[in-house]
Amino acid sequence: MTATQQQLELVSVTKRYGVTVAVDAIDHKFQPGGYACLLGPSGCGKSSTLRMIAGHEGVTDGAILLGGADISYLSPAKRGTAMMFQNYALFPHLSVIDNVAFSLKMRGDDRSGRLRKAGEMLELVDLSALGDRLPDQLSGGQQQRVALARALITRPQVLLLDEPLSALDPFLRIRMRGELRKLQRELGISFIHVTHGQDEALALADEIVVMNNAVIEQAGSARIVFNAPKTAFVAQFIGGHNVIALPQGRFAIRADAVGLLHRGMGHLQGSILAVEYQGAHVSVLARVAGDQDISALVPEATFFNDPLNPGDQVGLTWDDANLHKLTA
Amino acid sequence: MALPTMAVLIFFLVLPIVMIVVVSFWQATEFSIIPAFDFENYEFLFGSNVTYRVFFNTFKYALITWALTLGIGFTVAYFLAFHVRSLTWQIVLFLLCTIPFWTSNIIRMISWIPFLGRNGIANSALISWGVIDEPLDWLLFSDFAVILAFVHLYTLFMVVPIFNTMMRIDKSLIEAARDAGASGAQILWNVIIPLTKPGIMIGTIFVVTLVMGDFITVRFMSGSQSANVGRLISNDIALLAYPSASATAVVLLLTVLIVIGIMLRFVDIRKEL
Repeated sequence: MTATQQQLELVSVTKRYGVTVAVDAIDHKFQPGGYACLLGPSGCGKSSTLRMIAGHEGVTDGAILLGGADISYLSPAKRGTAMMFQNYALFPHLSVIDNVAFSLKMRGDDRSGRLRKAGEMLELVDLSALGDRLPDQLSGGQQQRVALARALITRPQVLLLDEPLSALDPFLRIRMRGELRKLQRELGISFIHVTHGQDEALALADEIVVMNNAVIEQAGSARIVFNAPKTAFVAQFIGGHNVIALPQGRFAIRADAVGLLHRGMGHLQGSILAVEYQGAHVSVLARVAGDQDISALVPEATFFNDPLNPGDQVGLTWDDANLHKLTA
Repeated sequence: MALPTMAVLIFFLVLPIVMIVVVSFWQATEFSIIPAFDFENYEFLFGSNVTYRVFFNTFKYALITWALTLGIGFTVAYFLAFHVRSLTWQIVLFLLCTIPFWTSNIIRMISWIPFLGRNGIANSALISWGVIDEPLDWLLFSDFAVILAFVHLYTLFMVVPIFNTMMRIDKSLIEAARDAGASGAQILWNVIIPLTKPGIMIGTIFVVTLVMGDFITVRFMSGSQSANVGRLISNDIALLAYPSASATAVVLLLTVLIVIGIMLRFVDIRKEL
């Protein structure tokens, strides 16, 4: 990390549309030069937050600071941010290289200069050979790289990505997320990536910001958010967790930390509702007293040593150190 | 399914045109029409100075009307598509544009006459405001009146296709352009106009063909003082000179087809159809 990296900070940022509050006074400091994911279900305010940072939505209240300067009221191009749109928003009438060079043209650079710089950018995303094509002659993955090159050519401090992988098929999605991560490391600038896929966020992010109902539920590194969810919402949304109400309060526990024993043993007694084979693991869903459903992720070999069927009675057990108390 | 459609097209479109082409080679005297294969109608047409003047006039009307309807139509469509935010208001305002079309062309045209006449509303208003002392003569029965009526009648044919194309422009393209630092004028010139070209072209085809084929507007609004090709044909028909009218019609048809052919070289409208 170099000293030129500037920190992006949200100070009680609020967005209201009439009476509905889309973003409710959120505060957050993004790590400079890090890969951050805004994670949450649709309608949670993550896209509005991103669009406010980009300058495509005005803030109703609060401030957005980049490197200590208030950028809340600057035009999108003057903020030092660049946005990559969900559907890429490539200009259909311009060739790939003209798309990439668009912002330089708007700035008034001469044609040879801007084509040279756009050519360098296309090299970075490995598309030099396709500069003369039109966007609709490219595959989804190629279009995405053009959109990336177009966003990066302005040398932004912060790159904002609005669900960049959602238009791709699952196989390509995994490959492109690897490329995004690699590119972010090479460039050393901050990426802020909006997604509703927890696997995507876990795979990519240095820092995950989980949003729900217009507020930030939890922010932290991927490991901390996954292993120590603070709220029931985070535990459920991030996946792989059970939320259990015990006499001492509500707790989250990872499904792979729950073990199965013979009936009469363990912490809770339950009957099996469903058994699902998932390859490396077998997912067993059990219903315990008080109509709570708890899933246990059992290694495949362990499960088939002593197979269980729906309707069987079992005991559920765990190490108390793996219980995380939830605040909400 | 294709056969009945073909039959209808052949009977109502191809046959009449073939008939016009055939008749254009016939001979005519003051009192009779003689089937023949003779080029005298075309020789007379191309040998006459009047033909060239009238064709020039027709192109002049088409060009000026095109420029004005394009300017007004583009502005209206742009306002509707990009400045009116809610779909309801877009529909309401769009319907408002079409209301004049609930009355007939002729009526809308004739209503200009009391407005523009020597003692009409326009002249009396200008005199009472002190803008002019004498009534303006060129307001009615002039090229000005003809073009005013054309613009009034045909601007909607420009608005509709342009609006339609503009509504299909992904709004995120505008944001992407703004993200890249484009000003409002730069967005208009670099993004909106290029993406609206097919709509502009369809509107242009409508307006150019309507104006070039028109005869009644020119007759009424110029007070029979100006002529275009349509009037040439209608005069021939009034004199029962069908072969001569047919020859003029064939030349006009070919001219319009060539004009459209040239325009289609520049813009691909297939995506809009």
